[in-house]
Amino acid sequence: MQFQPVIIGFLCNWCSYTGADLAGTARLQYPPNLRPIRVMCSGMVHPGLVMEAFGAGADGVMIMGCHPGSCHYGDGNKKTAARAMIISMILEDSGIDPERFELHWISSAEASAFAAFVTQFTRKIQKLGPIKAKG
Amino acid sequence: MLIFKVGTIASMLGVHRNTVTNWIKKGKLEASSYAARRYAVSRSKFVAFCKKEHIADPVMDRIIREFDSSEDKTAESSEPARTMHEADVVSGSDTQVGSVLVVGGGISGIQAALELADAGYYVYIVEKTAGIGGTMAQLDKTFPTNDCASCIILPKLVECGRHINIELITLAGVEKVRGRAGHFIINIRKNSSYIDADKCIACGICAQKCPINVQDEFNFGISRRKAVYIRYDQSVPLKYAIDPDACIYLTHGKCGACEKFCSTGAVNFSQAGQLITIHVGAVILAPGFRPFDPSGHDFFGYRVKDVVTSLEYERMLSIGGPTKGIVSRPSDNTEPRKIAWVQCVGSRNHNNCGNSYCSNICCMAAVKQSLISPEHISARNIEQTIFFTDLRSHGKESERYFETAKKAGVRFVRALPHTMEPGPDGTGVRMRYATEQGEIIRESFDLVVLSIGFEAPADAPELADLFNIELDSHNFAATSCMEPVNSSREGIYVIGAFQTPKAISRSVVQASAAAGSAARLLGGKIENSAARKKQYPGERDISDEIPSVGVFVCSCGVNIAGIVDVDQVVAYAAGLPFVTYVENNLFSCSADAQQVIVERIHEFGLNRIVIAACTPRTHELMFQETLKTARLNGFMVEMANIRNQNSWVHQQDARSATQKAKDQVRMAIAKVVHHYPLKQDSISLIKRALIIGGGLVGLEAALSLARMGIETVLIEKTGILGGNARNLDTCFKGEHLAPLIRELVRNASEHTMIRIYKNAELDSVSGSVGNFRAGIRIGGQIKIVEFGAAIMATGGREAQTKEYLYGKDQRVMTQMEFDKKILYHSDELSGIQSVVFIQCVGSREASRPYCSRVCCIHSVKAAIDLKHKNPDLQVYILYRELRTYGEWESYYKEARDLGVVFIRYERSSKPAVNKMKQNLEVRIFDPVVRCRIKIIADYIVLATGVVAHDNRYLAELFKFSVNSDGFFNGAHPKLKPVDLSVAGLFLAGICNYPKPVDESIEQARAAAFRVSSLLLKQEIKSEAIKAFVTDNCDGCAMCVDVCPFHAISVKQSASDDGRPWIAVDSALCQGCGICSATCPNGGIMVHGFTIDQLSAQVRAAVNGISSGHE
Repeated sequence: MQFQPVIIGFLCNWCSYTGADLAGTARLQYPPNLRPIRVMCSGMVHPGLVMEAFGAGADGVMIMGCHPGSCHYGDGNKKTAARAMIISMILEDSGIDPERFELHWISSAEASAFAAFVTQFTRKIQKLGPIKAKG
Repeated sequence: MLIFKVGTIASMLGVHRNTVTNWIKKGKLEASSYAARRYAVSRSKFVAFCKKEHIADPVMDRIIREFDSSEDKTAESSEPARTMHEADVVSGSDTQVGSVLVVGGGISGIQAALELADAGYYVYIVEKTAGIGGTMAQLDKTFPTNDCASCIILPKLVECGRHINIELITLAGVEKVRGRAGHFIINIRKNSSYIDADKCIACGICAQKCPINVQDEFNFGISRRKAVYIRYDQSVPLKYAIDPDACIYLTHGKCGACEKFCSTGAVNFSQAGQLITIHVGAVILAPGFRPFDPSGHDFFGYRVKDVVTSLEYERMLSIGGPTKGIVSRPSDNTEPRKIAWVQCVGSRNHNNCGNSYCSNICCMAAVKQSLISPEHISARNIEQTIFFTDLRSHGKESERYFETAKKAGVRFVRALPHTMEPGPDGTGVRMRYATEQGEIIRESFDLVVLSIGFEAPADAPELADLFNIELDSHNFAATSCMEPVNSSREGIYVIGAFQTPKAISRSVVQASAAAGSAARLLGGKIENSAARKKQYPGERDISDEIPSVGVFVCSCGVNIAGIVDVDQVVAYAAGLPFVTYVENNLFSCSADAQQVIVERIHEFGLNRIVIAACTPRTHELMFQETLKTARLNGFMVEMANIRNQNSWVHQQDARSATQKAKDQVRMAIAKVVHHYPLKQDSISLIKRALIIGGGLVGLEAALSLARMGIETVLIEKTGILGGNARNLDTCFKGEHLAPLIRELVRNASEHTMIRIYKNAELDSVSGSVGNFRAGIRIGGQIKIVEFGAAIMATGGREAQTKEYLYGKDQRVMTQMEFDKKILYHSDELSGIQSVVFIQCVGSREASRPYCSRVCCIHSVKAAIDLKHKNPDLQVYILYRELRTYGEWESYYKEARDLGVVFIRYERSSKPAVNKMKQNLEVRIFDPVVRCRIKIIADYIVLATGVVAHDNRYLAELFKFSVNSDGFFNGAHPKLKPVDLSVAGLFLAGICNYPKPVDESIEQARAAAFRVSSLLLKQEIKSEAIKAFVTDNCDGCAMCVDVCPFHAISVKQSASDDGRPWIAVDSALCQGCGICSATCPNGGIMVHGFTIDQLSAQVRAAVNGISSGHE
């Protein structure tokens, strides 16, 4: 059977979580590997949480927020973007492929973009394989 | 003497109502049956009881205050709170009665009731069936979002059912009306349900034992119900009723099985009907509509077995319906593969049934059903055909919906099928239809759906007589453009389909508008209302308790349970740490499930709840309320979104979906273990509103607010008030607008509560609901305005075009330009011979893919005016689909009767306009006669449609959403049409979508009422999701700069050791948590999203559950 990764997604309440709900309303199908965690703003996600996720054994982590310029809180997502760069650097230092982490913008109306991104990210993680050899 | 209702006292004490009933039965509480489901107990006996049962004094005192009724009042009448002697009305006391009667418990009535009750009025809903919900409760999905209809209406029903200021009177009708606006005395006859509602626990054993089967009207006779029944599984109130016409005990004195088996003794065959007298200040009539019955008309072929109505089909689609969401044809119960919809059955059909109007919604309903059907049929490649006259997708996002259906392979055929017969083996349907070119086609289908129209309620004439109001020629309530929800009698308002056939969203708008009119009539004075404030029992102290989690897993009909193995999830959750109790509900949002949750919390001492269901964005608030009634802090609940983000998106992989649901439940449990009670601060409100836009809508809203006593600042970017309406001669109903607009402008300008700034624009804005602060740019200066709420009323404008020689020849005009010509230069029209109207100019094509809703009616009406002035004038209307929706269809008929020539064209073969020496020449291909036609025109009028002003900057400043066409989006397209997604912000008029005058006024009134009921509150509760500083803070101040709201500051010496110290201003904090992600020490966090809570979720997502509670 194909490798089924565990992917943790931090979804901002106003755009991405809403977009994900809309994907449901529209019955858009995507792989079942995402474990969504609702946060108020993508800017709320502490880099430590991302590291904790990988440390616990997540195969991939994504943060999703509003498009730049449409953050519910003004510019929380800009801060997320700045942190994302740092997160990638820390991952590299820790010997984790930074490809396993991605920041992506999804608006509350972009149900199909949400489904497409989750699909694409899941495929990528499947190719990368498990984060650590199980057993 | 205390007069109380068992349910109310039970919720105040935090016990089940049966407990209270048992106390009374066993004589523990010496109360005697009083009247109308009420009990009476002497004060001293109640006090003695409370002492004995250790009921806390404050709770007891509150109950006594609430239910105290002096002895002499009770001696006067059996209904002291509600009866008023007729003499009082005749003498006419000046205090108006702050109670309102709503007739009809469909979505319109429910919405009006909730709006008024929330604003502090006491509302009676009289509903003729056994449960509220109306037609919307019978729908599977709503267009154009395919939202689950029950999922969006159920929370409203639940709210109605338990609202302290709403009294539901079911199985009832109005019998007599006396009095006048402000003081009506109304007699209501409530038929007996033969079930004691206080005792019925809706266990359903009565229906199981009942031997009598009758047609179930809720499912339009597709299934059968028992003689003792509930209207539907999620019915509110959830109480059984006995159908007296079907019950053989009541008709023949035999049986009585239900009584024998009822465990609570609720069946009471001798229960009499009641005559209830109520005293109300205003009445809102929302009796809905009667679906057209095609059975009397051979033409529609309804006698053929596999021909069903659209409502029957909707019940088949419904998961909770008689076929459990499986579409099957009635003849042989097989799945249809080829389905046809026939539009305009009982609408736009003067000859067969006299219904010459359009029913407004059937086209979109059929498109919806065609888009949804594949989910309910297992076969791939089903063939779907919609036979239509004109496809009317004139609503917001509707044209895209129509295009989506076309892309999905739905075939659209312009024809009205007839001569329907059963197929050769008695199954399926054979039909004939004529194409536009006159060719007769015979075609067979497995199933035919008749898109039946709306008729006025059967009892509309009696209602009109009772309330002394006028009806139109089709028995819908008569209204005017400027007063679209006022009946012909003061104090009586008419809304929903009873006013004219309409979709849910406009019904909801009308409900808010009527609520506003009623509130304004009653002068905002609610002293004389029976209204009460919502009170919750005191919170249980759980600080010493270890987490005890209750998990409720929702099946959502089959929305969840059809994919996710709910039983497995339940069994799995039961084995997780801290979980005390797990239960599966058919619909966790239903009223009975709320009751169950409350009971379980008490029974098992639960202190944390996980609801695995749909999305917290729509339902979390409701569950929080439920927790509060069970003496828990509302924030002790966490939702696992196993529908929108699971069962709906993993339909092909049930196993993985079930695994994911288990993981989601585990994550929610891991998080909820770390929940702790949260407090909400009170926010005071600035009692001033800001309105952006000085057109008809802005002015109307400002006046509505001013009359409710709310100061309003109105800004208009131009130097003139009145907007587009100044350029219109009449509204669609023919009322002259100019004097009305002049009066509106004068009234608004002169009103002391309204401040108008012209040539003004919004420059900046900050703050949040209740306390906004804006910079207004007026002639280079910035003026600061503080306000509590705002209405966007920025309107739109007639679109520009370069097509059809516009701009190159003065005889080619837009609709508004032509209106002006008729109005001011009608002399130039004398002697002309021909006028051609071209519809859909620039509309409904790639660059502007929506329908502007108003242009067809506008042109048809202008054509009628021209014909009236000069019957010899040749008038042509070249159109793609003629969309004179609803009541405006009568203009289409009138225009044809007057000889206006209608020629249809396709997007691919637009008319061509050439300039000739003398006049203009229009060439068009007529698809009916199949040849090119040449028309010589003196004038050409272009329906260029309506576009929104470029107001995206407003959306950016305020942070609400705009659709791809530039129109502002309401918070929910159906149920929150005039709210924006940001609290405290509202919208009305064309900035939402193009619409005619009457619909614009409705929205203005609705938005104004929503603003006034917000701002007239003393205070509102703030969000509890706010940042707080923890002991880990070392005062490094890294969080200060990142806060977008400047809510964090450094206090230098506040702490004991003189360290710098961080403080959060909770009025400014919005809870985004950027601070907490910046802090290196976990020194600042956000309630509900603490590091503990988020990392518990993260860890639970990957591993099993950790030991959790620290």
